[in-house]
Amino acid sequence: MPSPVQVRCCDASGCRSAGSQALRNALEGARDAAGLDPSQLTIKPVGCLRLCGSGPLVACDGPGPTQLFGGMAPEQAGALIAAALPSSPAPGSGDPLAAHRLDLEAPFFALQRPVVLEGCGQVDPESIDDAIAFGTYAQLQRVLQELSPEQVRDEVRRSGLRGRGGAGYPTGLKWDTVALQPPGPRYVVCNADEGDPGAFMDRSVLESDPHRLIEGMAIAAYAVGAERGFVYVRAEYPLAIERLRLALQQARSRHLLGNHIHGTSFNLRLEVRVGAGAYVCGEETALLLSIQGQRGMPQPRPPFPAQSGLWGAPTLINNVETFTAVPAILRQGGDWYAAMGTAHSKGTKVFALSGAVVNTGLVEVPMGTSLRTVVELIGGGVPDGSPIKAVQTGGPSGGCIPAERLDTPVDYESLVELGSMMGSGGMVVMGQSTSMPEVARHFMGFSVNESCGKCVPCRAGTVQLAQLLDRFVERRATSADMERLDALCQMVKVTSLCGLGQSAPNPVLSTLRWFRHEYEAACREPSGCVATGRVR
Amino acid sequence: MAWALASKGRWENNGMTPSAAASTDPRIAQVIRRHGARADALIEVLHQVQELHGYLAPESLRDVATGMRLPLSRVHGVASFYHLFRLEPPTAHRCAVCLGTACYVKGGAQVAARIEQRLGVRLDDPAGDGVWALQHVSCLGACGQAPVLVVDGELMTRLPVDQPEALDARLEAAGLPQRTTT
Ligand SMILES: Cc1cc2nc3c(=O)[nH]c(=O)nc-3n(C[C@H](O)[C@H](O)[C@H](O)COP(=O)(O)O)c2cc1C
Ligand code: SF4
Ligand code: FES
Ligand code: FES
Repeated sequence: MPSPVQVRCCDASGCRSAGSQALRNALEGARDAAGLDPSQLTIKPVGCLRLCGSGPLVACDGPGPTQLFGGMAPEQAGALIAAALPSSPAPGSGDPLAAHRLDLEAPFFALQRPVVLEGCGQVDPESIDDAIAFGTYAQLQRVLQELSPEQVRDEVRRSGLRGRGGAGYPTGLKWDTVALQPPGPRYVVCNADEGDPGAFMDRSVLESDPHRLIEGMAIAAYAVGAERGFVYVRAEYPLAIERLRLALQQARSRHLLGNHIHGTSFNLRLEVRVGAGAYVCGEETALLLSIQGQRGMPQPRPPFPAQSGLWGAPTLINNVETFTAVPAILRQGGDWYAAMGTAHSKGTKVFALSGAVVNTGLVEVPMGTSLRTVVELIGGGVPDGSPIKAVQTGGPSGGCIPAERLDTPVDYESLVELGSMMGSGGMVVMGQSTSMPEVARHFMGFSVNESCGKCVPCRAGTVQLAQLLDRFVERRATSADMERLDALCQMVKVTSLCGLGQSAPNPVLSTLRWFRHEYEAACREPSGCVATGRVR
Repeated sequence: MAWALASKGRWENNGMTPSAAASTDPRIAQVIRRHGARADALIEVLHQVQELHGYLAPESLRDVATGMRLPLSRVHGVASFYHLFRLEPPTAHRCAVCLGTACYVKGGAQVAARIEQRLGVRLDDPAGDGVWALQHVSCLGACGQAPVLVVDGELMTRLPVDQPEALDARLEAAGLPQRTTT
């Protein structure tokens, strides 16, 4: 029986860095000091409560409505415990925590539609009992006992779910392709490499609700006939790795992984593989080589991993968010999921909101929500109240969307039309002071660093583009440079082997398209201006 | 508060003095045994060897190749491909400043410039001043708290770039020496 009063403390890495662990200790001390025991007031570590920029966050559930507090210091533990108790008077003028209260009715929370993030901030990420009590693994059991693999794939196809790793390939179709390969071993792989700067959705899911991901992967493995799988996580996410490893161990000990799961003939072994800091390993063919202990260099496709992946066997590879959406789809039905979103982009999408914006954190909204709603209403706009200049989506493969296009609905096609892309879900808001040629130079520096060097257009082309962009940043460009910039972008785009090179020019092309005047101004002005924000 | 950032991270100080491994280091042999010498475990083995010694010395790579029965060229090729593997001994103290997009927009480059000046080192020069080195990373997934910095494994968030004195105070508190006069 959970106690009537529960205090949920965010214990994801964002709030940890803001001191959430000391706060939780102080809360436990304050509870003891108030003469209460855990049966009267539970203090539970949970995952991300979403408004990461205002950490550490604490939510208090009681008989009354949930109260949320941000920016809490350990010294305020006593006041917080008092506020959590049902006997506490309604917050009035003397409320010592007034400055820390966050309004759950505010657009940031009220406009969200949690599906993938359903359990995020609700469950204790280190407790399988808590996950099970929340309903996790119930769909795995139902699927194994009641549905055929075809029926599972049918439900996913009906949902219209598309890959959340960036390209938006229809998930049901990919599952069918793997399932329908000739008999033999096959694998499931989760792409948790999340290398796009500005993206932290997958990290939050891994740190907040790892059992949900495992359930989604297990359902996928059953649907495609795989008995072995891997989660490839970037090394930069130590807490995510630790929690995922713990969750896998707990699932094994409960026989939710292993042999004869739920008494059926379905077996599944899942392992974690840790990356080593190469962005290109997020590309699927490179990732598969890395899992096999090799240099992560992209390979030409076809063959696609679905046909020939790990050790030559058909391999299903999906993003963290894609797999994590699956349990809810099976519980509520594919039609339920497809009812959200737009004609070609169904369901919800998680975004990581950061940059020049008041509310930074995780945002899950139905596809088709306008960019303006996300960055102005939910995000609260630029902190000093000045207008937004642009929103960067799609990381180094994407582009900058100008303020005048903020009414665009967020879906795969609309963002591509604007010269950007959905990408994995990072959204970085830029204010008036951000120079667009500098942003383009910033991304090109990233691509130069991360190019694997396998093909010349990408290896040499990105370096040349970076040098050319330097001329604009340093305000010594000529109009001939402008033409070379256009031509070089096209060349790199068309002739590179993998997505990294093919999309490396996108940040340049999109800023050229929407902010061409800034490049032109850089041509005319005298040279010698000091560049700021240069990234080597 | 310790931020156990990537125990394998290139910026993390694991407290061990980097030392050249003796030939056929028994600890390396043990790491390999734990993985059953499977070729696909190479990256994991390299992570653990780096954790032991602080970096991947030529002798260590040779031991790994022998122990896993892989060509040295393959082991070297993998070790040099991935950014997190260090082939040179690291400096005793390290800072990693995030220059990912969110941190960039929030002034990460100013943080980098301030530290370069303070320590008298150049960004991304692994040798630094022999004791301290500064490098950049491209997003630590803490973008909501940008701009961020890691000093010897400890994450520092929401650095006050607009207030030079406050920024200096945070750097001072994190143990960054003032090497040059401003
Ligand atoms: C350079 C590059 C980096 C990528 N990085 C990631 C990544 O970090 N995470 C991810 O899920 N997909 C990434 N992708 C996309 C994957 O190749 C692949 O399409 C995806 O994992 C498929 O999963 P999905 O269908 O669920 O989206 C990247 C692609 C490229 C070209
Ligand atoms: S496009 Fe770039 S990253 Fe991709 S294979 Fe070629 S060199 Fe490597
Ligand atoms: S990390 Fe605590 S709210 Fe996101
Ligand atoms: S951009 Fe710096 S943490 Fe993501």
